[in-house]
Amino acid sequence: MVRRFLPLLLLLSFVGIAIWALTAEREEQVRSKLVGQPVPAFALEPAIEGKPGLSSADLAQSEGPRLVNIFASWCLPCKAEAPLLDALAGEGVPIDGIAVRDRPSDILAFLDEHGDPFERLGNDPRSEAMIALGASGVPETFIVDGRGVIRYHHQGPLMPADLPALRAAWEEAR
Amino acid sequence: MRKLLFVIGLGLSLPLAAQGSLAPADYANRQLEDAGQEARAAALMEELRCLVCQGQSIADSDADMAGDMRHLVRERIQRGESPAEIRDYLIERYGEWVSYRPAPERPIFWPLYLAPVLLLLIAGWMVRRRFRRPRP
Repeated sequence: MVRRFLPLLLLLSFVGIAIWALTAEREEQVRSKLVGQPVPAFALEPAIEGKPGLSSADLAQSEGPRLVNIFASWCLPCKAEAPLLDALAGEGVPIDGIAVRDRPSDILAFLDEHGDPFERLGNDPRSEAMIALGASGVPETFIVDGRGVIRYHHQGPLMPADLPALRAAWEEAR
Repeated sequence: MRKLLFVIGLGLSLPLAAQGSLAPADYANRQLEDAGQEARAAALMEELRCLVCQGQSIADSDADMAGDMRHLVRERIQRGESPAEIRDYLIERYGEWVSYRPAPERPIFWPLYLAPVLLLLIAGWMVRRRFRRPRP
C-alpha cells in the first residue's frame, strides 16, 4: 500500500516545495551586513566646490548621529526623496552626502533644483565608498552614530512612511 | 519616417538615462597587463553576483555598478590581494549571497555537497538489489 503511493507522495512533496519556494515572500534587496559595525575606511574628495568632501574619519568624530545619504543626480528615486531630506535638514538633522558616478556640474544642477541638505558631500566616481559601506545602489541612507558606528540602513528612496522607523533608529543612535 | 526614427531613438535612449553618464572605471572593461593576474581576476568575476541585476555575474553584466565591481576586483588583484580576500571583503558587506560559490566551511552549504554523495550511495544500493534479484 505504502509502496504503491510512494511515487505520488514524492511528486506531491516536490510540487509542495516548488509552490512554497515560488510564493514565499523573500527579501529582494541586499541589506548591508555592516549595521552595528564601524564605518569602513574611505576618504572622498569634495564633490562640488565650496563644500568639504567626506571621509570615514569625519563620521567617527562627530558630536552626534548623522545621516549619510548615497545619491546621484542621474537617479530618479533620488529626486523623489529630496524634499524629505530637505525637510530633515531644516529640522537640524545633520546630513552628509555621497554622490555616486556623478559630475560636479550635474550635482550642482541637481542641488539647485531639489535643494541642498548636505553639510559634506563626497565624490564617489567609482562607487568605492558605496561598496565599502555595503550599499548596492542609489539612493540609500545610513545613520552613523557619534562614534562612527553604522546604526541603521535604509534602501531606496526615503518616503514619509519610512520616517517613524528612521526617527526611532535616530533616537537610539543618540 | 523622421518621426519614426525619433521615436525609436527615444526608446533606445531611455535605458541609458537610467544610469550614470560617467565613463566606465579604468579596469571595468580593460584587462590587467599581467596575464596571470587577469586570469585570477576573471575567474573571480565569474563567481561574483551583480548586485543590481541579481541573476548575472559581474563578468556578464553591463550595469555600471558591475563595471565598478570589476574595477574593484582587478585593482585589488593588481595590488596583490588574493581572490579569497576580495571575496571575503564583499561577503562581509553583502552576505554569502554575493558569491556564487558556496563555501564548504559553512555548515549551511553541507547538504549541497553531501547530496551527490548520498544520491550515488542510494543509486548503488538500488542497482545492487536489481543485479541480485534473478539469481535464486
